[in-house]
Amino acid sequence: MTALLTAALAQGGSPAAESGAFEPFLPGLIVLLPLLGFLANGALALAHGRDSANAVRAGGELDLGERGSRPLTHTLPSWIGPGVLGVAFVITLVNFTRMLGVELAEPVVVSYWTWMATGTFTVDAALQLDQLSFLMMMIVTGVGFLIHLFSVGYMQDDAGYPRYFAFLNLFVFFMLVLVMGASYALMFVGWEGVGLCSYLLIGFWFSDKEKADAGKKAFIVNRIGDFGFLVAMFLLYTTFGTLDFVPVFDGTETLVYGGGLVTAITLFFFLGAAGKSAQIPLYVWLPDAMAGPTPVSALIHAATMVTAGVYLVARSSVLFALSPVGGATVAGVGVLTALFAATIALQQHDIKKVLAYSTVSQLGYMFVGVGVGAYAAGVFHLMTHAFFKALLFLGSGAVIHSMHHAYHHTHSHEDAQDMRNMGGLKAHMPITWITMWIATLAIAGIWPLAGFFSKDEIIWQAAAFGGAETAPYPLLYSLYWAMALVAAMLTAFYMTRMMVMTFHGANRTGTEEAKHLHEAPAIMWVPLAVLAVGSVFGGWINVPEALRTSVLGFGGALPMSEWLHHWLEPITARAHEVQLEHLGEVAHAAPIGGGEVAWAIISTVAALAVVVAAFRVVGAQKVVPAAQSPAPTGFAKVLYNKYYVDEHYDRFIVRPILGASRFCWKVIDATIIDGTVNAVGWIAKGLGWGVSMFQTGSVNTYAFILTLGVLVILGVSIF
Amino acid sequence: MTVFLFYVFAGIAIGASIGVVIARSPVGSLLFMVTALAAIAGTFVLMEAHFLAAVQIIVYAGAIMVLFLFVIMLLNLGHEAQRDLKGGAFAVVSAGLAGAMAGLLALQLRGSEVVAGSGAGAEAIAAANAEYGVVGAIARPLYTTYVVPFEITGILLLVAIVGAVALAKRGEQS
Amino acid sequence: MINEALVLSAIIFVIGTFGVLVRRNAIIMFLCIELQLNAVNVAFVAFANLYGIEGQIFVFFVMTVAAAEAAVGLAIIISIFRHYETVDVGSFNLLKW
Repeated sequence: MTALLTAALAQGGSPAAESGAFEPFLPGLIVLLPLLGFLANGALALAHGRDSANAVRAGGELDLGERGSRPLTHTLPSWIGPGVLGVAFVITLVNFTRMLGVELAEPVVVSYWTWMATGTFTVDAALQLDQLSFLMMMIVTGVGFLIHLFSVGYMQDDAGYPRYFAFLNLFVFFMLVLVMGASYALMFVGWEGVGLCSYLLIGFWFSDKEKADAGKKAFIVNRIGDFGFLVAMFLLYTTFGTLDFVPVFDGTETLVYGGGLVTAITLFFFLGAAGKSAQIPLYVWLPDAMAGPTPVSALIHAATMVTAGVYLVARSSVLFALSPVGGATVAGVGVLTALFAATIALQQHDIKKVLAYSTVSQLGYMFVGVGVGAYAAGVFHLMTHAFFKALLFLGSGAVIHSMHHAYHHTHSHEDAQDMRNMGGLKAHMPITWITMWIATLAIAGIWPLAGFFSKDEIIWQAAAFGGAETAPYPLLYSLYWAMALVAAMLTAFYMTRMMVMTFHGANRTGTEEAKHLHEAPAIMWVPLAVLAVGSVFGGWINVPEALRTSVLGFGGALPMSEWLHHWLEPITARAHEVQLEHLGEVAHAAPIGGGEVAWAIISTVAALAVVVAAFRVVGAQKVVPAAQSPAPTGFAKVLYNKYYVDEHYDRFIVRPILGASRFCWKVIDATIIDGTVNAVGWIAKGLGWGVSMFQTGSVNTYAFILTLGVLVILGVSIF
Repeated sequence: MTVFLFYVFAGIAIGASIGVVIARSPVGSLLFMVTALAAIAGTFVLMEAHFLAAVQIIVYAGAIMVLFLFVIMLLNLGHEAQRDLKGGAFAVVSAGLAGAMAGLLALQLRGSEVVAGSGAGAEAIAAANAEYGVVGAIARPLYTTYVVPFEITGILLLVAIVGAVALAKRGEQS
Repeated sequence: MINEALVLSAIIFVIGTFGVLVRRNAIIMFLCIELQLNAVNVAFVAFANLYGIEGQIFVFFVMTVAAAEAAVGLAIIISIFRHYETVDVGSFNLLKW
C-alpha cells in the first residue's frame, strides 16, 4: 500500500501528467493466478484428504506432529496460497504504475472469448481495466496478500489447512472477476462466486452445526439480494439489449431523470447490494458469519466481499445519479444501518461480534457516500476501511489465537472470543495492542488517520448534497448528516470499549492461562504492521481541497488533494454531469451553519473526546469474566440481543414461509398433486386388475370370448 | 338326382358332425369326423370340385385323420369314456352362443339372393375341366397366378414340420 | 344347389363352434375346429360355382393350413400330455394373469 502512496505522491496530485496509450500488462494473469492457486491447493486438499476430513468431523483436532515433519500437502499451501496473491499484486502494481502515466478517459476492455451468444445478446469473457477496477484490484490483491500471509500463521495447525487456502484463493479469483468483469453478467458470476466462497468459509468448521448454519444463513440471505441483482439485470437488458458496462452507460443518456424505470433498476440493484453488503434489512447474516476463521472475516466479511455492494453502486453511479429516489434510499438505508449497527455494537461481548457490527455500520457509511453522489468518497472509505478493519480483524485474530492457546494449555472451555474473559492483554501482545489502537483511532475518525479523512468526507458530502440548489429532499439529507455524526460518536465509543476490555485493566483469563498468552508470530504481526501503515497514511491521498491548506491538511504540506477524486473522475464524470444538470452546485456549508474545516475540527475533537470518555468510563467499570457475568437488563438487554431482529425475522418471515412451505408440501404436494398422480395409478391398476379377470388361462373361456367377438362382428356386419 | 344326392350327403355330414361333438370316446368322434369329411367330399363332387373331393378323401380323411388317430392311440386315450362334456350352465350358455350364431347366419342367408341352378362360375369351371382336365383346371392358376402363395404354403408346411418335430422331441427329452 | 350348400356350411360351422365350446378334450376340440374349416370349405366350393375357380384354390390353401395346424397342434398336445398326463383343457391354465 505504501507503493500506492509513493506512486501517488510522485504524480504530484494529478494522475494524468502525460498522455499516451495504456498498455495492460498480463491482466488475465491477475485473475488466473488465484484460480491456479485454487486448483493446486484443492488438489493438495484432496490428496491430503481423508485424515484431515475425518479430523474435522471429529472436532477439528488433528495431530499434525512437529511443524518440521508435516507432510508436503500441509506445507505447500503456505507457499502457494500467499504466493499467487503476491504475484498477482505485483502484476497489478505494474499495471497501475503504467496507468498512472497516461490519461485514460475510456476504460480498456480486454476481451478473451465470447462467453455466450444468444440471438442479439452476447456476453464476452472480458475484463474492464479502468481506475475503479484497478483500485479494487489493489485492495483485493494487496490486502488479500497480507491476510493470506496472516492465515499461514493463524491456520497452520488446522486439519483443513490446504482446503482453507483452496477456498481462500477461489474467493480471490471470484472477487477479481467481480471487480474486473466488463459486464453486469460477468460481475454477477463473481458476485455469486464470492457468495459461494463466503458460504464455504463461514462453514469451514462444518462439524459444528452452529457454524454450518451460519454459512447457510449467509447464503440464503444473499439469495434474496441476488434476486434484486437479477431483476435489475433483466431490466437493463430489456432497456439496452446488452449488459456490458460501456454501452449501458453510454445508453443512459436516453433515460428520463427520476423516471420509474431507472428508479426500479437502482432499487433492485440496491437490494442486491444490501444483501451482499449487509445493509438493513439483510444485514443479519454478517454477524453470524463470524463463525468462520478470523482471517476470513477480515478478508471476506470486512475488507473485500461486503464492499461489493458499494462497488456496484459506484460502478453504476450514472444510474443512481439519474434516480433521486434511488440515491436517497441508498443513503437512507446506509445511515440507518450505520446508526443501528453502532448501537448494537455497544453491548456485544464477543470481540468479533463488535467488529462485525462495526463493519455493518461502516458499510452504511459507504452507502451514504455513494448515495449522496459522492462516489469517490464512498470508494475512499471502502479503501481506508479495508486497511483498518482488516487490521482490526487480524488483530482480534491474533488475540483469539493467543487466548485459544492459553485455554488449550489448561484445557479450559472458556470462550476465547469473549472480551469479558480478556483484559490486560497489552502486556502480553504489545504489537497487536499498538496496531489495533491505530486502527481503532482510525475508525473512530481521529485526525490524521485514514478514517478521519474518509468518514468526514462522507458526512460532509451528505450535508453538502442536502444543501444543493435544487436538492430533492433537503431536510432528509440534513437528517442523514445528523445521524451520521451520532453514529460516528458511537463508533468511537464502542471501539474504545472493545480496546479497553481487551487490552487494558486487569487480566481475567486466570493466572495459569495468563502464562501462556503470547505475542503473535512474525508472519502474523508483519501484516498487522503493514496494515497499520495503511491505516495511518491511507487517508492522505484524498484530503479535501478545503482542508488542504488548513491545519488539518498539514498547512498545505501535502503535495496533492482529492487525488482519489481526480483518479476516479473518468468513472464518475457522467454521474456528476447529471447531478450538476439537475441539482446544481452542492452547498459548502452544514445545515446549521459552519464550513467544512470547522465541522471537520468539531467532529474529530468530539470523537477524541468520546474516545477519552469511553476509556475512562469503561476502564472504571468492573468487568467480570463471562462465566460470572449477570444477564444484562433494560435497554442493554435489548442491545445485547440485537433488538431481537433475528427473533422477529424468525417469527414474521421465516416461520410464515416455513408454514406456507409446509402447507405446500403436506397439502398441495403430498395430498393434492401426489393424490392425483396416485389416483391415476390406482385407476390404471384397478382397471388392469378387473380386465385381468378375463385372463383365466382356461382355453374354454378364451374360446367363449372369441366366439362372442365373432358374434359381435357378425352382428355389426349384418345390421 | 344331383339335388337329391346333395341332400343325402348333407344329411350324413350334419349327422356325423353332431356325432363328432357328442361322441363320448375320442375314437368315436374321430370316426364320425371321417364320415363327415367323406360326406362333404361327396358334396364337393356334386359341386364340380372333383380334385378337391379327391384331396379331401386322401389327405384329410386319410392322412390327417390317421395322424389324429395315432395321437389318440399314442396317448392311450382311446378307451377313455370319461365325462368330457362341460356340464350345466356352461353348456347352456354355449348352446345359447351357438344358437345366436345360427340365428345370425340364418338371418344373413335369408336376406341373400337365391341363385337357381348353377352359377356363371360353374360354366367356367366346366369349360376349364373340359380343356385341361379336372387336375389341370386347378393346377393352372395355382402355378401361374397364385404361385407365390403356393410357394409360401410350402414354407408354412416346412415350418410346421420343423415345429412339430421340435415340440415332440423336446417333450421326449424332458 | 349353392343355397343349399351355404345352409349346410352354416349348420356344420355352428355345430363345430358348439363343439369347441363344450368339449374339454383338446383333441376333440381340434376335430371340431377341423369341422369349422370344412364348413368354410363347403362355402368356398359353393361360391366357386358362382364366381370361378379361385374358390377351389382357396380351399386348397385352407387344407394346407389345416394340415400344418394339425401337425403343430398335435405336437403341442403331446407335449402337454407328457407334462400333465391329461389332455383336458380345464386342468391347465398356465396363461393365467
